[in-house]
Amino acid sequence: MGIEGVGARVARKEDKRFITGAGRYVDDMVVPGMKHAAFVRSPHAHAQIKKIDVKQAQGMPGVIGVLTGKELKADGIGNLICGWMIHSKDGSPMKMGAWSPLAFDKVRYVGDAVVVVVAETKSQARDAAEAVDITYKELKAVVDAPRALEKGAPQIHPEADNNLIFDWELGDGKATDAAIKAAAHVTRMKIVNNRLVPNAMEPRAALGHYDKAEDHYTCWTTSQNPHLARLVMSAFYNVAPENKLRVIAPDVGGGFGSKIYIYPEEIVCLWASKKTGVPVKWVADRTESFLTDAHGRDHVSTVEMGFDKNNVITGLKVDTIANLGAYMSLFSSCVPTYLYATLLSGQYNIPAIHANVRAVYTNTAPVDAYRGAGRPEATYLLERTMETAARELGVSPAELRRKNFITSFPHQTPVIMNYDAGDYAASLDAAMKASDYAGFAGRKAAAAKRGRLRGIGMSNYIEACGLAPSAAVGSLGAGVGLWESAEVRVNAVGTIEVLTGSHSHGQGHETTFAQLVNQRFGVPIDSVSIVHGDTDKVQMGMGTYGSRSGAVGMSAVAKALDKVEAKAKKIAAHLLEADEGDIVIDNGTLKVAGTDKSVPWFQMALAAYTAHNLPGGMEPGLKETAFYDPSNFTFPAGCYVCEVEIDPETGTTEIIQFVAADDFGNIINPMIVEGQVHGGIAQGIGQALLEGAFYDASGQLLTASYMDYTMPRASDLPSFKVSTSNTPCPGNPLGIKGCGEAGAIGSPPAVINAITDAIGITDIAMPASPSTVWAAIRATKR
Amino acid sequence: MSEVSLTVNGKRVSGVAEDRTLLVHFLRENLGLTGTHVGCDTSQCGACVVHVDGKAVKSCTMLAVQASGSTVLTIEGLANGADLHPVQAAFKEHHGLQCGFCTPGMIMAATDMINRHPEGLDEATVRVELEGNICRCTGYHNIVKAILAASVTMSKGAKGKAKQAA
Repeated sequence: MGIEGVGARVARKEDKRFITGAGRYVDDMVVPGMKHAAFVRSPHAHAQIKKIDVKQAQGMPGVIGVLTGKELKADGIGNLICGWMIHSKDGSPMKMGAWSPLAFDKVRYVGDAVVVVVAETKSQARDAAEAVDITYKELKAVVDAPRALEKGAPQIHPEADNNLIFDWELGDGKATDAAIKAAAHVTRMKIVNNRLVPNAMEPRAALGHYDKAEDHYTCWTTSQNPHLARLVMSAFYNVAPENKLRVIAPDVGGGFGSKIYIYPEEIVCLWASKKTGVPVKWVADRTESFLTDAHGRDHVSTVEMGFDKNNVITGLKVDTIANLGAYMSLFSSCVPTYLYATLLSGQYNIPAIHANVRAVYTNTAPVDAYRGAGRPEATYLLERTMETAARELGVSPAELRRKNFITSFPHQTPVIMNYDAGDYAASLDAAMKASDYAGFAGRKAAAAKRGRLRGIGMSNYIEACGLAPSAAVGSLGAGVGLWESAEVRVNAVGTIEVLTGSHSHGQGHETTFAQLVNQRFGVPIDSVSIVHGDTDKVQMGMGTYGSRSGAVGMSAVAKALDKVEAKAKKIAAHLLEADEGDIVIDNGTLKVAGTDKSVPWFQMALAAYTAHNLPGGMEPGLKETAFYDPSNFTFPAGCYVCEVEIDPETGTTEIIQFVAADDFGNIINPMIVEGQVHGGIAQGIGQALLEGAFYDASGQLLTASYMDYTMPRASDLPSFKVSTSNTPCPGNPLGIKGCGEAGAIGSPPAVINAITDAIGITDIAMPASPSTVWAAIRATKR
Repeated sequence: MSEVSLTVNGKRVSGVAEDRTLLVHFLRENLGLTGTHVGCDTSQCGACVVHVDGKAVKSCTMLAVQASGSTVLTIEGLANGADLHPVQAAFKEHHGLQCGFCTPGMIMAATDMINRHPEGLDEATVRVELEGNICRCTGYHNIVKAILAASVTMSKGAKGKAKQAA
């Protein structure tokens, strides 16, 4: 490892622009002639649109255009789609209801876009939006998923009877039922995974620019995957053919999944730009973000876990109702199915598993992948159940887990996944040591003397990331492949550009991808530029989500580097009159092994471009492309331990310590990996203690601002104790598993296990706010 | 419409703005200083923190006309030419940022916090004082570390200067 190579704690190259205020986000973009859009949104959760009167708005100062869904439809703009086909167990395809970018006949959730106003200034657009007069006929709304399935519930889409999108299963139902029936002990729980709002700090934004002379569109957008946005907008929404549509995702202020999807607003801005003849920019305010960004989680499940008389797990049966909101967002269907039920084996050897999942429409914001996506729900269900089982069986939670760990690899679970490598006991041991698990009883007693309730909780998560082998996901219903591309351009002076289909919105790719190049060629990272986020610059790529940039994106870079290295060695061998097999690259120099003959990297690069003296038949230049399609998912895993103290008078929970011991495979930059874990844990603690998206019965979002939705603040959190004990991933050339989501996946059950331990109860609802905790403590005293 | 005159990052500037224009929008749209960000509508997130007459202010809570006549420092004016301010340097060294969106507000709030605590800071104080700034990426762990480190650097710098003066 050099000072800038793989494994080094290199400070980030991209930081300079962010710490000096020179970052360039979509809202910072200015295009000559640019005007501003404001959306008129439904104030009702469920209503028919009777009449839209735009006359008064059209006459307001500065107004350039007031456009409706009927005009959009007349221009042939398509409906939004969900790109992952799920079939119900009866073989029928999922029931996808129509989602027009601008509603024209019916609205289905508060925030549904109906009209767009384009005006000279943002304020004028907003003023005019308020003057649009829409007559609605209100309909009964339903926000709760189990209720939406009841007979007589309001019917949201004509395509989906009783609001059921699909009724899907995975695993062997008969074998599982038999295992549960024969079990010596069965732990049964109802598990609710609360609805969350991702809340990237940068609100979503889009700037659409139609160039009439060129008949060409450009869209600047807050996207985690600009190429996918271009593909979908072209192939499905009929905005423009791909070659006439450029999508740019510049600096993006966090995503956490919510910026994967293609939303109505970017489609409408592009269309409105052509319609009005001016570039159109829209920036969400925070309440718009709360109302319309895809939400996360929202599962209601029952679980039965069977054990034999030796406390060995014999079977797991799960029934889940997943709330997908008012419309099926782009990847919504795969989250509660193939990203959820496939992880229900956890770190454990479970011979029989069956999961049944019903996905349901409600009059709420669409729900899709949010950091972890399905895996946090699986982990929460499993780790809450394990903890409860240990308490019921009267054994140590740690030892019950250890007894049931999978210990040999590869391991085929009963729910599709084939785990390739791991050492779950190593993470458990590391976390127990770091948390002084053994000394907890003493600390609990000391806390009791101070009148405080102390609890400890553990969570052993596994997740599947490095999304994903294209043929495998295709066979499961994905509409796209999940490979990644890379291009490595060595310039004539030896500096290097890496063009990647991955997208960085906080992950630090400009540094870590450069470290990979430094490791290979010894070129300083300052001489390596990472280019991403622009469909005109970078060939087709699939973007960043599912902790895939390292395992998949960097593997593509590694493949391209292989090709560059091979050609560079050929050129060097020719220049040095040596055999190419004898050439080694050492710290920026190509050498003939065992001799003092060498050629500097830049001189070899120059030779490639002067082409005066290349091996016979070799093409000039030094630029290579690679596409990498992974052979398997990757399986990061780890153990988290949370210790809390509760003030019984106020119900306030203080996190005394939080320990994470992760296995991420090989690590490029430990500083950046730790940062990912810190952020993930904060979001997980947020889910457990603070955050919840709440709708009232009429479908109004009660938590639509930072005054009402409790974001984790610095004073809510401790400093975290994080460590890794890594087993390299055998499935990709770099041995990387991925680290982006682990923190959010592993932490909520650790926190809730600690709180229930402290109070001495079986379950408590998330978020375990002070009032909820206080009420739970009171209930134990009745 | 009103005339707004300010000293921003050491330069006298003026412009005409609607009475309802917030300081943050005046900075971003009239002056092109886009380093100051808007992350919410309720003065909670702190992405818009700047210094007005030496004090940290959420520039979304102040009208541009209210600020007229004031001296404003934004993230763009914090470094001394090519030399980063110690808080900027500490955020980089300690990985106190990821997506960078909350960072300008965090750095401006942190600078003010350190200035208000010449006696030095501890972790608990930093966490409480960050109440008005939300970050979704870092879990605050490295932000707290960076602020504590910058506080030490700045107090050494202040002592150095005091020594020189004596």
